[in-house]
Amino acid sequence: MPSVRDGSTNISSMQSLSNRSKVVSNKKMSLVERLYLPAVVGGMWITLKHLFRKSNTIRYPEEQRVFAPVYRGMHVLKRDEQGRENCTACGLCAVACPAEAITMVAGERKKGEEHLYREEKYAETYEINMLRCIFCGLCEEACPKEAIFLTDRIVPTQFERNEFVYGKDKLVEDMNFRIDITKRQHTGKRTK
Amino acid sequence: MSTFLVEKLILVVAIFAVTLLIATYLTYTERKVAAWLQDRVGPDRAGPFGLLQPLADAGKMFFKEDFIPANADKWLFILGPGIAMFTALMTGSVIPWGPEFEAFGRTITMQIADVNIGILFIMGFLSVGVYGIMIGGWASNNKFALFGAIRASSQMISYELAMGISIITIVLMSGSLSLNDIVKDQHGMNWNIFYQPLCFVIFFTCALAETNRAPFDLPECESELIGGYHTEYGSMKLGFFLFSEYISMFISSAVIASLFFGGYNFPGMDHFSGITLTVLGTIVFFVKIFFFIFVFMWIRWTLPRFRFDQLMHLGWKSLIPISLINLLITGLVIAFREGWFN
Repeated sequence: MPSVRDGSTNISSMQSLSNRSKVVSNKKMSLVERLYLPAVVGGMWITLKHLFRKSNTIRYPEEQRVFAPVYRGMHVLKRDEQGRENCTACGLCAVACPAEAITMVAGERKKGEEHLYREEKYAETYEINMLRCIFCGLCEEACPKEAIFLTDRIVPTQFERNEFVYGKDKLVEDMNFRIDITKRQHTGKRTK
Repeated sequence: MSTFLVEKLILVVAIFAVTLLIATYLTYTERKVAAWLQDRVGPDRAGPFGLLQPLADAGKMFFKEDFIPANADKWLFILGPGIAMFTALMTGSVIPWGPEFEAFGRTITMQIADVNIGILFIMGFLSVGVYGIMIGGWASNNKFALFGAIRASSQMISYELAMGISIITIVLMSGSLSLNDIVKDQHGMNWNIFYQPLCFVIFFTCALAETNRAPFDLPECESELIGGYHTEYGSMKLGFFLFSEYISMFISSAVIASLFFGGYNFPGMDHFSGITLTVLGTIVFFVKIFFFIFVFMWIRWTLPRFRFDQLMHLGWKSLIPISLINLLITGLVIAFREGWFN
């Protein structure tokens, strides 16, 4: 029976999960170890090998690493093929949002606005507070109209807090510079 | 007389400029070497390969507010970095930077002052150098600065002993305190490193401690003392402290190169003469210096910092006895070869 006081028996009787555990001992150092120099030379050999290794740095603004297809960055409010906003201001994204970052005001489509909004109801204002947003992607998952998507764009830094509240001017996509969301169209979506 | 003055003045200005330039670019080299050893790139934004980085740093330091804390002793606070810089620069005056040459009908030495106690002069100024750190740390009126200063002084006192004894061993070998004679004595691959490797290891370790370089950078350890003795310093006064550290690293490398690696001597130097020899010798000397500077940096980015008791233990209980025994054996061997026992 292993005694409780004896640390070593306790450790060896413990099951190692990773198989990497080492028994730590306080044994006296041998003469070679106390000379330090072999260890110093060994350490310097290791760093010398790193001197000739390729650097791991990605020089950020010039060089950018490829994002994973499931990357969740800045949101986009999509338009359809004819340039009409998909969003109908149903508010499901705002309800789904765990950080309560989304607010919107719904409006009714007037006559002559059919080329702007796809359905009779649309979002007059649509705001996402990027400081609240945790980029979980639940809004995208909740959206029944394929209107909101998270993209591989990064939310830029600002100096003022209020500049992080993104309105429709920043969120709705420009028809001249359409944003590709095909990579994210089916990721994480609950299929019927 | 006037030609002598002009000649020395040129040399003084040249060495002063070169020392400052090298110290400036050592900050860049340090960061590059650190980056390479850690698989990074290092500074590469300012100019091609980041070569303008030291200038950018210097510009930043100049434009910072020159702040003196309210409770600091104003004059000592200013004096500290001044002493550190002054002593660091002074040590360069006795180092023979290259072989002498004949020009304008006279022999021109590549040494500012051939003091016949050169190595003692350097040791003396190194000891005064600790005053800069101590006064700076004391005048800051800050716990961390004082801790750094105390550590610096105790460390320097402990390691100066072993360093001095290892220097005496070298002096025994060449029979002169003049750095010029010590270097000349090593002509023809009679480098002291081949005769005194143990002495070299001791001297090198002490040089690391004397210049406050890792693994003996206890006076300024960022992680414990927030910069140690220069915690309260900013602007160019901080720049002076950091600068003096790099200058003393450069000078230490020069001293190591001249004491143990033959200074400007290189194999096959007898085939050259005159000004060619001077230029080649100076280049060789600087290559040696840069190698040791690299080793200094290499060690810094390899070894973790010593604990204070380990530092004292290593200094007093290991290095001093070993260097004493080494000195004794060297002395006995020399006495035996001189025939004192016959």
